[in-house]
Amino acid sequence: MIRFENVNKWYGEYHALVDITETIGKGEVVVVCGPSGSGKSTLIRTINRLEPIESGRIVVDGKDANSTELDINQFRAGIGFVFQQFNLFPHLTALENCTLAPRNLSGLDAAAARELALKLLDRVGLSEKANAYPAALSGGQQQRVAIARALAMQPPVMLFDEPTSALDPEMVGEVLMVMRDLARDGMTMICVTHEMGFAREVADRVLFMDSGRILERATPDDFFNRPQHARAQQFLSDIRTPFR
Amino acid sequence: MGMIEVIQTYWVYFLIGQFPDGPLGGLTLTIVLAAGGLLLAFPLGFALAIARMSPWRTLSWPVTGVVYVVRGTPLLMVLFWAYFFLPSITGQKISQFSTMLGALVLFNAAYLSEIFRAGVQALPTGQFEAARSLGLSYFAALRLVVMPQVMRNMLPSLVNQFVSTIKDTSLGYIIGLSEVSFIASQINNLVLTKPTEIYLVLALAYFILCFGLSRFAFWIEQSHVRSHLSGGERSKMPRPVKRTLTEQT
Repeated sequence: MIRFENVNKWYGEYHALVDITETIGKGEVVVVCGPSGSGKSTLIRTINRLEPIESGRIVVDGKDANSTELDINQFRAGIGFVFQQFNLFPHLTALENCTLAPRNLSGLDAAAARELALKLLDRVGLSEKANAYPAALSGGQQQRVAIARALAMQPPVMLFDEPTSALDPEMVGEVLMVMRDLARDGMTMICVTHEMGFAREVADRVLFMDSGRILERATPDDFFNRPQHARAQQFLSDIRTPFR
Repeated sequence: MGMIEVIQTYWVYFLIGQFPDGPLGGLTLTIVLAAGGLLLAFPLGFALAIARMSPWRTLSWPVTGVVYVVRGTPLLMVLFWAYFFLPSITGQKISQFSTMLGALVLFNAAYLSEIFRAGVQALPTGQFEAARSLGLSYFAALRLVVMPQVMRNMLPSLVNQFVSTIKDTSLGYIIGLSEVSFIASQINNLVLTKPTEIYLVLALAYFILCFGLSRFAFWIEQSHVRSHLSGGERSKMPRPVKRTLTEQT
């Protein structure tokens, strides 16, 4: 479904992604974790070309993300992206946030787009907030609307860039639950997250990154109980016992 | 001649000048000039702002230069140039109205481009990224996501600019344009005995217009805040309280 072939990315002198080669299968749920600055966000942002790459290839569903002939807008419509900061459109209601893309890209009429959006909002448990503006919603609710919005073009792949990092602790659960349900429905998902509970329960695989490299690829069980790489062992020990 | 009598005699002249027997003037001309000077400046202002933000230096640098020159020049000087200098080199006389309108459009475009640029740059980049991630094109993202928010954020600055423009039209007096200040001085010349009262009425006319506009903008902003916090049901929300600086800290 998603294939990285020797992908390299630089920010000026800084080598942000180093020879990334990895394949993510259809229906697979992959959690990407690693210390801050390790290149996790950069990695998933290259998939829908929010970040260009300097060398290598990224292929999604048979399409080269960086090909010059690619219809980038159509390509992006097939990849749902959820941001750390939600990035809901504040001038639109929850419903309008979800109808914006279908109305302007799929040419859905108002009624059909509304019906679709209500179904999606219902799926994230927020149909009663359809007419609320983002400013009137809690962080957790905003992120759930953002997930519904990302689903509106019915993409086969969803990317999550630290979706719960900007949330108050009591709101993390509601967002993770929506993500878990999506995974159970067979969605192909790549989640950059530090929620180890989510990784354990939902992920098929964990990728551990440091300094722009994927250092470890393992099942959640192996990763948490038998980490191989020294940096992974250090990382897990740091998040488990912050006080020493 | 009492003040009441002066007003009774000259109020129509004050409002519309010699119209319909002569050109439109007075307070109406002032408003027409200010509104026209601002509205016509919009496309030019947008174009200047987009050029200034463009990654191509051959475009952005000269435009930045033009904006700085216009902003660093008094409107009065531009008026003199347009009214005395342009005809002497082109050999064509331009009407006072066109001169004034042209100067206002040029001036407002420079200021609007800065207001617009600030509005776009104040918007978090995540808004544009989110729009593009959904599959919207560059221009669709601008039109559907960036512009509506920028316009809303620009509203207070736009009203300020409109208020400034209304006051700037009084410079038309210098080139003999029959806007409201010119008309007021004409009335004063006819009446002779009531300069204080006549210029007080003039001041009041400017004040009511400008203050009314400011209040109108404030009202729009507040009703906007209320509707966005309420989930579409306005009535449940308390009125937003006015904040002073100390309360915010």
